[in-house]
Parts: sequence; C-alpha cells; structure tokens
Amino acid sequence: MGQDPGRRVNRRELLTFGAALGAAGAAEALSVHDGMLGGPSREYTNTLPWDDGLTDEPEGAGGGSWLYLNAGEVSFLTAAVDRLIPADPAGPSASEAGVVVFIDRQLAGDYGNGEHFYLEGPWQKGTDTQGYQSRFTPAQFYRHAIEAIEQAVGRSENGKAFKDMASEKQDALLKQMESGDLKLDGPITSKSFFAMFLQNVLEGYFSDPIYGGNKDGAAWKMIGFPGAHYDYSEWVTAYNQPVPVQTVGLRGRPGWERG
Amino acid sequence: MSAAWPRSFTGRTILVIAALILLLVLISAGTWLWFSANEPKFSDPPPGLLSILTEPIPEGPNADLIRRGRYLTIAGDCASCHTRRGGRPFEGGLGLQTPFGIIYSANLTSDRDNGIGAWTPEQFFNALHNGAAPGNKRLYPALPYPHFTIVSRADTDAILAYLKTVPPVHYAQPGNRLPFPVDIRASLIAWNALNFSPHAFQGNSAMSAQWNRGAYLVEGLEHCGACHTPKNVLGAELNNQAYRGAAIENWVAPDLTGNPRTGLGRWSSNDIVQYLQTGRNAHANASGLMGEVVAYSTSLLSDSDLLAIAAYLKSLPASPTLSSGAPDAAAMRAGSAIFFDACTACHLAGGKGQPGMFPPLQGSNVAQQDDPTGVIHLILAGTRTAPTRSRPGFQSMPSFAWKLSDQEVADVATYIRNSWGNRAPPVDARRVAKLRSKLKLTQPLASDQR
Amino acid sequence: MAKTMPKVDVVLVGFGWTGAILAQQLCDAGLTVVALERAAVRTTPLNWATTFDQDELRYMWRHHLFQNVRYSTLTFRNNVNQAALPMRHLGSFLPGTGVGGAGIHWNGQIWRWLETDFKLKSHNETRYGKQSTAGLTLQDMPLSYGELEPYYDLFDRICGTSGQAGNLKGAKQAGGNPFEAERSAPYPTPPLPMTYGPKLFEQAAASMGLHPFPHPAGNLSQAYTNPLGMQLGKCTFCGFCEKFGCGNYSKASPQTTLIPYILTKPNFELRTEAEVLKVERTPDGRHATGVTYIDSGGAEYFQPAEIVALTAYQLHNVHLMLVSGIGQPYDPATGKGVVGKNYCYQTVSSVDLFFDDKLLNPFIGAGALASVIDDYNGDNFDHSGLGFIGGAYIAGMVTGARPIEMVRVPDGVPKWGLEWKRAAAKYFLRSMSLSVHGSSYPQAGNYLSLDPTYKDQFGRPMLRMTFDFPENDLKMASYCTDRAAEIGKKMGASLVHPKARKGPYDIKPYQTTHNVGGTMMGESANDSAVNKYSQSWDVPNLFVTGAGLYPQNPGYNPTGTLAALAFLTADAIKSHYIKAPGAPLVTA
Repeated sequence: MGQDPGRRVNRRELLTFGAALGAAGAAEALSVHDGMLGGPSREYTNTLPWDDGLTDEPEGAGGGSWLYLNAGEVSFLTAAVDRLIPADPAGPSASEAGVVVFIDRQLAGDYGNGEHFYLEGPWQKGTDTQGYQSRFTPAQFYRHAIEAIEQAVGRSENGKAFKDMASEKQDALLKQMESGDLKLDGPITSKSFFAMFLQNVLEGYFSDPIYGGNKDGAAWKMIGFPGAHYDYSEWVTAYNQPVPVQTVGLRGRPGWERG
Repeated sequence: MSAAWPRSFTGRTILVIAALILLLVLISAGTWLWFSANEPKFSDPPPGLLSILTEPIPEGPNADLIRRGRYLTIAGDCASCHTRRGGRPFEGGLGLQTPFGIIYSANLTSDRDNGIGAWTPEQFFNALHNGAAPGNKRLYPALPYPHFTIVSRADTDAILAYLKTVPPVHYAQPGNRLPFPVDIRASLIAWNALNFSPHAFQGNSAMSAQWNRGAYLVEGLEHCGACHTPKNVLGAELNNQAYRGAAIENWVAPDLTGNPRTGLGRWSSNDIVQYLQTGRNAHANASGLMGEVVAYSTSLLSDSDLLAIAAYLKSLPASPTLSSGAPDAAAMRAGSAIFFDACTACHLAGGKGQPGMFPPLQGSNVAQQDDPTGVIHLILAGTRTAPTRSRPGFQSMPSFAWKLSDQEVADVATYIRNSWGNRAPPVDARRVAKLRSKLKLTQPLASDQR
Repeated sequence: MAKTMPKVDVVLVGFGWTGAILAQQLCDAGLTVVALERAAVRTTPLNWATTFDQDELRYMWRHHLFQNVRYSTLTFRNNVNQAALPMRHLGSFLPGTGVGGAGIHWNGQIWRWLETDFKLKSHNETRYGKQSTAGLTLQDMPLSYGELEPYYDLFDRICGTSGQAGNLKGAKQAGGNPFEAERSAPYPTPPLPMTYGPKLFEQAAASMGLHPFPHPAGNLSQAYTNPLGMQLGKCTFCGFCEKFGCGNYSKASPQTTLIPYILTKPNFELRTEAEVLKVERTPDGRHATGVTYIDSGGAEYFQPAEIVALTAYQLHNVHLMLVSGIGQPYDPATGKGVVGKNYCYQTVSSVDLFFDDKLLNPFIGAGALASVIDDYNGDNFDHSGLGFIGGAYIAGMVTGARPIEMVRVPDGVPKWGLEWKRAAAKYFLRSMSLSVHGSSYPQAGNYLSLDPTYKDQFGRPMLRMTFDFPENDLKMASYCTDRAAEIGKKMGASLVHPKARKGPYDIKPYQTTHNVGGTMMGESANDSAVNKYSQSWDVPNLFVTGAGLYPQNPGYNPTGTLAALAFLTADAIKSHYIKAPGAPLVTA
C-alpha cells in the first residue's frame, strides 16, 4: 500500500539500446485488467513476452496508519472481530493477528473499491440465490453498515457503542446479524453485511501474512498449515505422520535469517 | 559518426592515443570489455529471424554456395548481434555495451548504401581477417575479428554470397556513443598493435580431423572465447587462460575447460551436443546470451559439427581449482532454510533438479563458478530457457528480487555453492546489493511482513 | 469506422484450450491463423511464478486470474417467473480471462465420457423406457465414442496425462477404471501416488467391492515431453492447482503444452486486448465474412477470414451467437430454437469426513490427486426403481487445503466464536471431503438468452442465465451422496456429514466452472446449433468449440471431451473442409 506505482512492475529499467518493446509490452500487460478499456491491442508472434526481472508480485500491506477506517470503525471492528475469533491458548484473536489492519488495507485497495464487482444499475432486491445486489463498493458497504449497526446499538443500549457492550451481548447481537434478525436503517441488511464481514475476517486470519493479518503465521501454525511451502514430494506417502515443515509465508520465515 | 582512418598518421599521434587509452583504463580501474551483456531478445525476437535462417533456399545458380554461406553465417552467430530487438533480420542497430559506451552493430543486409550490398569479397575478407572495413576504416573489436581472422577466404566468400541474398533494409544504425579518444578509430591501431595479429587457422596434425574442425569453429566463427576467456585490461583475451570462464558485465560466462567442478569435466561429448542442439541437457539450460547463441546458431548446426565442437572442448585442459574455505555455518543454516522453502519447487530436494527441464544444482558448473555474479543474477532476476526447434518451451526461473533480501540471496547462493558436494567461494551480501542496484531491480518486501 | 485488417484463413475468437488446439493443428496444416484474445498475455514467470503463486487471497478470493465481472458478466434467475439480475460478484463458477483462459487455473482433471454418454437419450429409453427421460430434453450426440477416441488419446499425449488405464484395446487392466471405454494407448505417465486420505478411500471402496482407481491427472507424476517438444515438470504437491496457476510447469495448460510451440509458426499471430463484438456475415446471412472486434483503447477493427471459429468460454460463445443473430434463439415457451438451449451445469455434492485418530495432512495435494470410483456414474449401475437417471463419480480427492476456503468444522458447530476456533484447529489436518461429481441433465426451462434490461460495456444485451437443478439431478445427488457417505463411514471417519446438493441453485457459493450447452451439436439443424464437426448448420464457415457443444453434461469434468472435440474439428477442417470451403460437412 502506498507504494510507488512504478514498483508494481518489478522490472529493471531498459538499457539504452534497442526498442525493447517486448519488455515494455509485458510490463504494460500487467496494468491492463481483463476487459478494461485502456490501451491498444497488442500483437504477438514468435513468443510470449517476458524479461528477466519482471514479476507481477503481490503488494504487501505495509506499515503505518489507517488507510481507510475511521476511529469509530476501528473500535467497532476490533471488538467485533475478536468475538468472531477470540483469543485462546491455541492461537491469537483476530485483532491480535492483525485482521483489522488487513480489513483496512483491503477496503483501501482494489477490493474495497469494487474492482471485481459489477455495480452498475438498475439495482433491484433479488432473491437470495442471486447474490450481491448492492450498488455499494465493499468500502462503502462497510461504512454504511457499521454506521447503521452502531445506531441500532445506540438505540437499544442507551447510547453505548458496540465496543462497550458486554461480550455476551456482543455475541447475541452478532448472532442477530448472522440470522438477519437485526433490523438496520438504510438499504443494507445485517445478514448481508455479516456474510461479507465473516468472510473478510476469515480471509484476514488465514491469508498470507504479507497482507497484514495472520501475523507471524500464527493462524496457520494453530491449524497446522505450513503455508507457502512448495514441495511435499517426500511426504506424499508418509501416512498418518506429522510433516516436518515449518510454517512459511511468501516473504519467508524467521529461519531465513542468520541466527 | 566515425572518422575514417587518416591517411597521414604519425607515430606521435599513436603514442598520444595509447597514453590516453591507458589513462582511461586506469581511471575506470575495471576491465575493459568489448563484448558485454546486451539484452537477450527472446521476449521480443526479431520477426522472421528464425525463418530466414531455416527456410529452404531454392535451387538456383549459386544455391550451394548460398546455402553454405548461410550455414557459416549461422555458425558465426551473426544474427544475434546484427539484429536489433524487434528489427528486421541482419539490419544491425543492436547496441553492445562497453564500459566506454555503446557500439551499434552494422547493417549486414544487401542494402547498397547502409548494408554490405556494395562490398567486394576482398573487402569482406579484409573486415573479418584484418578488422578493417572498406576505406581502411578500423573496426571495433566488438566485431570479434581476433577470432574471425582464422576464417578461410572460401568461407568468407560464401558468407558474403549469402548476405547478399538477405533482403535489403535501408536502415542505418545510430552513431556509436563513445567518448574521446575511443571514438577515434585511430585508437584501434594501438589496440591492434598490442592485442592482435591477423593469421590463418593453424591446425594440429596430431589431432583428428574432427578435433581440427571443432577448433576451427570454436576458435573462429563461433568465437566462444569472446565470452568464455578472461580478458586483460584492454579487453583482449588472455590466451594462457583460454576458456576458463570470464565475467561479462553482470554475468559470468562459465569455464569451458575440463575442470570437473567449474568446467565441462562432468559433461560427456553427447551432453555438449545436446546442450548446443536443444538448449538443455542433464546439467544445465541455456538462457540469456548463451540462449541466443543456441537459438540462432548452435541449434541449427549439423550433428557432425556439434560433435566436432564437443571433441575440441573436451580436449581443453582443466583450469586450476581455487581452494575456498568452509562457508560460514550461520549462512549455510539460513541458506538451507531458504532453499528448502523457495527453490525445491523446481530444483527439488538435494538440488537433484529435473534434468533437461530444471537444472540440477548438485554438481552444477554454473552454480560453482568462482565468480558468483551469474548465480546472484539468476536468483535476483530469473531467466528464460532458450526455445529451440525441438524444445520450443521457454520454462523460466522467476525473479526473486521482490522476495529475498540481499543477505538472503547471498546465503542461499552460498548454500547452493557448498552443498551436496559442491564447493565454491561464499557470497557476500554487498555483491548482491551492488548487482541489484546495477540491474535496477526492486527492493524486497520488508521482512516484518512474514 | 472499423479498420479492416489483412485477411487470414482462420480467425479464432478466444485463446484458451480450444483456441490453442485449433491454432496448433491449423497452423501445422499451413493455414494462416489469427487468435483474438480479449485480455492480456499471461506467462508463468510473470503471472504465477513459484515465488508468489501460493496466495489464496489474491487468486481465489480476489479473482486475480478470473473473468472480471466488472467488465463482463451475465444476469441470472432461477426460473422464467423471476427477473434476472446481474451476477455482481463471482461465486458459483469462475471463468478465466486472458491467454490460456480457464486452462490456467483448472485442476487438471482429464476425463473421457462413457460410451453410453454419447447416446444418452436412446440408451436410457431403451433400457428404462420412455418415461425415464420424461421432463428432460436429453439428446444423443451425433458421434460415437469410437470416433472421438483418437482425439482423446491425442489430448492425453499433449498433456502427458498421469493415470492408470482400465481398458486397453478391450483388455481390462488391473487398478484402472473397469467402466471406461476402450483406450487405444496407456496414459503417457504413471498415476500420481495417493496421499493418506485418497488411500483410505481406495482401501474402503475396494473392501466394499467397488472399483477404485487413480484419478486421471494433468498434474504430472513425472517430467514429460509432449509430441510438440513441450516439456512439463513433475508435480510437487503444493496444493495450489484449482483457482491458481502452476508455477513449476507441472500442470498441463495451453501455456505448458501448446502456445510456445504455436508461436514459433510464422503463419500465426496472437492479438490480445481484442474483444470480439460480433460475427459479420454476407447479406444472405449464410457466410461469415469475419469478426468485428474492439481493442482496449476503444478502437474498432474488422478481421476478415475464410473461417471463423468461436473458441471462447461456453458462455461467451453462446452470447456471440445470440448477439450476432446466428441460429434460432431457443424459446422455452414454444420449445423452438436451438441457440441457448440445453444449458446444463454440474451437480456437485460432497461428504465431509472428520477423523479423530488420523492425520491426513490435506495440504499435500494436487488438482487431480484422488482415488475415484465410477461405479455410480452414468449408467454404470442399474437405475431401475431409483426414479432418476445419471450419476456421479465419487472421489476421495485432496486438491490441497487452502485454509480460507477449506477450514472445515462439523455440522452443529457455529461458524464463528471460540467453539468454531477449537474445532477448526482440531480438524484442519484431520478432515477431508469426498467429492460427488454428478451429471447435469437438461430441462425445458434451463437456458441461455439475451437479457432484455441489462447491457454490457459495449452496449450489447448481457447474456441471461435461467437455471435451476432438475428434480432428476437432485434425486441423483441424494442417492450418490448416500453412497459416498457409506464409503466415508468405512474409511473410519468419526463424523460423516453428507452434503447432497439441494435446490434452488444458488449463484453465490463456489460449485464448479462446468457451464455447458447452448451451442449443442446434433444430427440436424432442427435439434442443434452445429453438426458433429462443430460446424454451424446456418453458417458453414463458422465453427464453435467448447462445452457449449454438449447437449447435457455427464458426470465428468468437461475439459477432456471438449479438447478431443476441438482436435476432431481441426482434423475435419484440415482433411475435408478446405477441399470444399464453405460447404457443409454434414448434409442437413
């Protein structure tokens, strides 16, 4: 996040000679999304372009302050994610694992901006089987939904915010959201928000640590997932035995450093 | 562009120029390479280049001569340098980097103004044998005339006969970008005086005809030493270290001698043939500049010539083995962890590799070159295996620049160079940092994102 | 004003598996071929390198390799009484985009149909009577298994498929699928080794008198060089096949088996960021003159060609037929028309298994790593009295264990909270799912058409999908899922939770990217859009490939058959069509 857009394409600058159209073409191909309008068609004969050093590597979450969420939203989410995944001796709570940071980075980026959503009208309420029918991007969806939930909480809890409720009451409210029984002002149903929210919490808890959640691979360690290890050839037929592979993310593990 | 060779040239001028060259050499305090790493063209190969090198030549008055000429042009790998990226075959214009600047390859098409359309066989022979173009214009040894000098007159005649059939392209290459005094071709007099004497091929009657043919090709048209032989400070090859491997900017051209660790000691003649023919064998894959050599030259040669090349290379005495101490245990531990997670997808546990597909690292001569630049380069930037007619795929090693820190690259390189019986000097993170910066590659994601 | 490009022999619309197959075959035959691909070039080191391809969030949940609905989607409803609404987010199926198409992120499950699948309607009616197919608009294929076999075999050799033959030239082979039709050759590479879960399945199924065999796999058990010289490496069981690209060249894909070879051909050109809007025709409508396409900068082009081949994904091929006005659109009210008819899916069910005493390590996986039984597929079992036809293969399959998608908890455990967390931690390494991969048969109300309300980014009506599971298929799912649960119990699972597919069809949760039908092949223009050579009845120089050709979907993954049909089409063009261009290869 917040990285120089030029860094997205990890290519060495082209040396001064030669037109180097292939490399430029491959680099531009990265910036063209499927079906998006943006540039002329490209022609390829002989081979597909790729140059040494070029990769479409993932962007990390980066450090620093909140990129999308406001203070109230951070409080709500911190309290709520820890009810969905509380701390216990086996593993961290969702917020301890960085899930709120993860959600913030996701909402500030392509996902939050609805890059892979169709949001054009006309809009109608559909059947459950027709899926997402909101006009909101996920970022807008969160903003409106959290505001509506806090309003509902305020009404029923004498002006309290969600974070100040007792955990049993928080759980009860989340269950009402899950079932859709919690009625919200505005166009968003509590059920549809809960579905998106729970999915994003699981994403943050179990995705690669580079995205801000699953700090130190703790969620993977808890369940026994080795992560981004690539070669299990030696253990395919080692039945009913633990696999001695340490949990590793795309950016490695502590054992990669000299110790 | 370049000045023609002045008619009246005094000894004093030569001395001045020689002195200036020496001065520049001292200032640059580096090696002065004529031949340097230009961009491999696989990601954007010149349209039609392979076709022009392979399509049948129709019957006609000089068909046999032209066919032989094209074959020799292929043996000289002329197309690789004399075709710019995306350009038409043989139109030149590819920039060859030297520490002093850029030299652009010439147009070899039959165009009369900018190509060789108006050249006589004598003029062409003079260029390859003496390094002098018509008008007695000295050529930069970016054209490897110190090798081409042994090419026979019959062969240069055939090459010219072929080039005259290449469709004319009226393209003129840009002017070289060289500083004074190197931009004055007269400076080459001094260079030649020190480093070059024209000569014919000297066979060795004690050796087989096959070996002699191999020597003629390796020393001459294929000009293998241009990359694989270490150079003196003036960029001339050191004959007493022939084929022992050399740094070419940001890469290493490996040792080709019989050294079993760094050279071809563990390769059979058939391994060499297979590598040159298909771009891959049980030991290594050809990529980068060597990939071009394979794609546009060796993969198109006859079996008998490839066997001859192999016979000659297999006769090269082994280079001396540098002794290197045991690597740092902490580096090996870290390197082992990185290798286990990041490299085994293709190279498999134990560095076994998948012969012909992904090179084994155990016993790899590429991995064990004394100079680690090539290994660092491969890890940082990745590379693409040369596609050839029989193996059109281009499986690639991806770039690790975004994923591994300088220290991590150094440690995994040290590990690869010192495991499974491999032995080579350890790699220092500062070298990785330097190459990362020279190649303008990205910095890795911060390691707190793990 | 569209710019006219130089005329070619063949223009291909879409460059995934079938586009690559036609390109390879037709370029080798000397035809000039241009492939138009709407999205970008994609390569292994650039787009799914080993250094970053094991990224569940980015690829699976953020759709990095999938069709982006923001720019290309469809509308959906369960039945004709509903208003169709846009699919605003991908879910149930995940089509690809860009060079290689869905052939990049597929699992590599390579199947052939049963002999009876080629004559499904007549076979069932002969064996079980006319009433057995009532309510279903089944149709026989216009060709037999035997006609397609050489092309099935060719696709296996292109991919290097790993597997164990069960029927070699009529001779049953131990360890293979005893129900399969005759193969002319063994699989090019040996079967994948089984991990623990599949091994338990194999042992349980065998002990029950069923016939387990290794799933045929495009994830290779060993390095392989195909007849074009393309090389594949060996699978290292990283567990990221479906929804992901393969970083180490061990999964067969257009990129690993065909495209680099095709690109060496001087008579081939690939043009990307070129989205075809319409097939253009002569005024009488009987001859395609080429296609109009738009580049990503919005400029329009006309590409003239002697042959137009629609080689995009099934949904897009149907859409292009409809927006180009080729063939009569299907109308469910009258039953008339063929284009869009017999849209089918795949009826996928599962059985979750939880073990208390077995460590399955399900993160060790491959897209087609499974032990399978075919005993309950197609008509491999007696359907008398069952009240349905069709069936499913049942697989103890472990493609990997990407945790966002695959953390499983037993029924009754909440979806979140401490109890969920404890169950997730307990069972991640000790659970697996049996796959019940069922047939999908057509009914009159399931079809594809143009949407009356929603337009795509180019102003064309969107494709509209009307689909729900037929009663027949839900009964089949229930029956076969029960059979799978029996195997699960025999495997020693402490908890066995069957999840038979239930209606209504829901477009949200991922099920499978096996959308078929809509441009089906058949015996005559009355009952189909194309003949057995995939040649349009109405426009004889138009060919259509892909799973749209299927009149119904047997209980198998569609890629093997659609690839074989593409090879057959190419052969027909090379051997027959070009001798009399423009003529129908089958007299209507």
